[in-house]
Amino acid sequence: MSFQQTRIVITGVGLTAPNGNSLPEFRQNLLDGVAGVEPFDVRYMGRLIAGVCHFDTLRYQTKKGLRVGTRAGSISIYCAHEALKDSGLSFDSVPKDRVGIYIGCTEHGNVETENEIYAISKFNYDTKYWSHYHNPRTVANNPAGEISLALGITGPAYTIGAACAAGNMGLIHAAQMLRLHEVDVAFCGGVSESIHTFGIFAGFKSQGALATHEDPKKASRPFDKGRNGIVVSEGGCIYTLERLDDALARGAKIYGEIGGYCVNSDASDYVLPNPGRQAECVRKALTNAKLTAADIHIVNTHATATPMGDIQECEAIRAVFGAGCPDTSINNTKSYIGHCMGAAGALELAGNLPSFGDLIVHPTINVDDLDPLCAIDGLVLNKPKKVAKVEAILNNSFGMLGINSTLIVKRFTA
Amino acid sequence: MTKDACKKIVLDIIADIAPDEDISNLKPDVRLRDQMQLDSMDFLDIVMELRKQHGIEVPEADYIHLASLDSCADYLTPKFEALGK
Repeated sequence: MSFQQTRIVITGVGLTAPNGNSLPEFRQNLLDGVAGVEPFDVRYMGRLIAGVCHFDTLRYQTKKGLRVGTRAGSISIYCAHEALKDSGLSFDSVPKDRVGIYIGCTEHGNVETENEIYAISKFNYDTKYWSHYHNPRTVANNPAGEISLALGITGPAYTIGAACAAGNMGLIHAAQMLRLHEVDVAFCGGVSESIHTFGIFAGFKSQGALATHEDPKKASRPFDKGRNGIVVSEGGCIYTLERLDDALARGAKIYGEIGGYCVNSDASDYVLPNPGRQAECVRKALTNAKLTAADIHIVNTHATATPMGDIQECEAIRAVFGAGCPDTSINNTKSYIGHCMGAAGALELAGNLPSFGDLIVHPTINVDDLDPLCAIDGLVLNKPKKVAKVEAILNNSFGMLGINSTLIVKRFTA
Repeated sequence: MTKDACKKIVLDIIADIAPDEDISNLKPDVRLRDQMQLDSMDFLDIVMELRKQHGIEVPEADYIHLASLDSCADYLTPKFEALGK
């Protein structure tokens, strides 16, 4: 069997989002229009708004584990445990050296570095007060490594730095490693602890790209004419992926099958998206999946509610899905939870997976006045839409330095 | 400062470092590592908190004196007193 013919399936989902700490809770809130953005105090900047997760941090960690580790690690551990539980895997009998951990991150280490600089500022910046935990907390593999420690996994465990395209990248990389038989089970997806660093808020504010609104729950509003930027959020979503034969052999529940993917680069700007390269990424993913645009029934957009970025993504989507795709619905999840950075792609896919079962497309909320430049065919706005069929979901995630990722998940059929 | 007061300071630090542990019955003459889960990073925490909270420096060669509550009190009490505490 060739590399591409090895079928890879999703068998477990664990997540924490600003509006839910399990897939059923998250999904229900997406259907009910419940946003998860709230007031949030940011060092040096005061009260802003953010997407904050409220999962039970002590469900799978000790108090000491929380003290020693990072917020990203804590999110990772929670999501990995939840995914494992959901998968039904008999983990005691799984050889731990055959398990891989592939976690997408936008960035890692800024939180701990900012905290340490703040801490030593109280000691006249004398570095003898700098924490001995700084290095293990800030190494780029920390969020993956904390899972390996928590679950005793001895296979490969590392993060994939891909800006806000990283969540998709975790799944794509895991599928590749499973196809190469490097591992038999993969924990994969993305996490973000970004709200605990002032730098990301200050950076977006300096760019003129930080969302504001008197009602936090209305602040993230992709495609709305009044959108004014990004709501920074934390979150995590980790999946268990397996080769289909292994999943069938143990009678696993199957959420969907990895249909195809593409990762490419704009090579044009540090921050400005490139619609041409985005469209190319989508088209290549369709080719990889042996599907046409009309075969896709849900497109989950990356749109972050920046004035320019949304228009450019719509231009890319219009170029691929603009005509001849009457059964394609298009939605956006950031309108509920803000931008979960490295977790965004993984979370946004999860929110749509139940559509294979209930044939409902969750809407993009907070669109009071649709921007004509974002008025693409198929947009599902403000209320859920019942559809006749959902056979394939296409998930877009794009990031700074011009990295684009498109992941297609198909309904599983034997 | 009495040695009991010094032990109380060390116990307060340990309570923060090992929040899951029951430290109410620690034997003062037995090595801390033999009574609870403390690794080398935890001992560095004790050193750091003594530095941050009390201005006391423990050179690496003296870490051995932090083995038990009794040895901590023997070693640290004169240091507290030298600081006028």
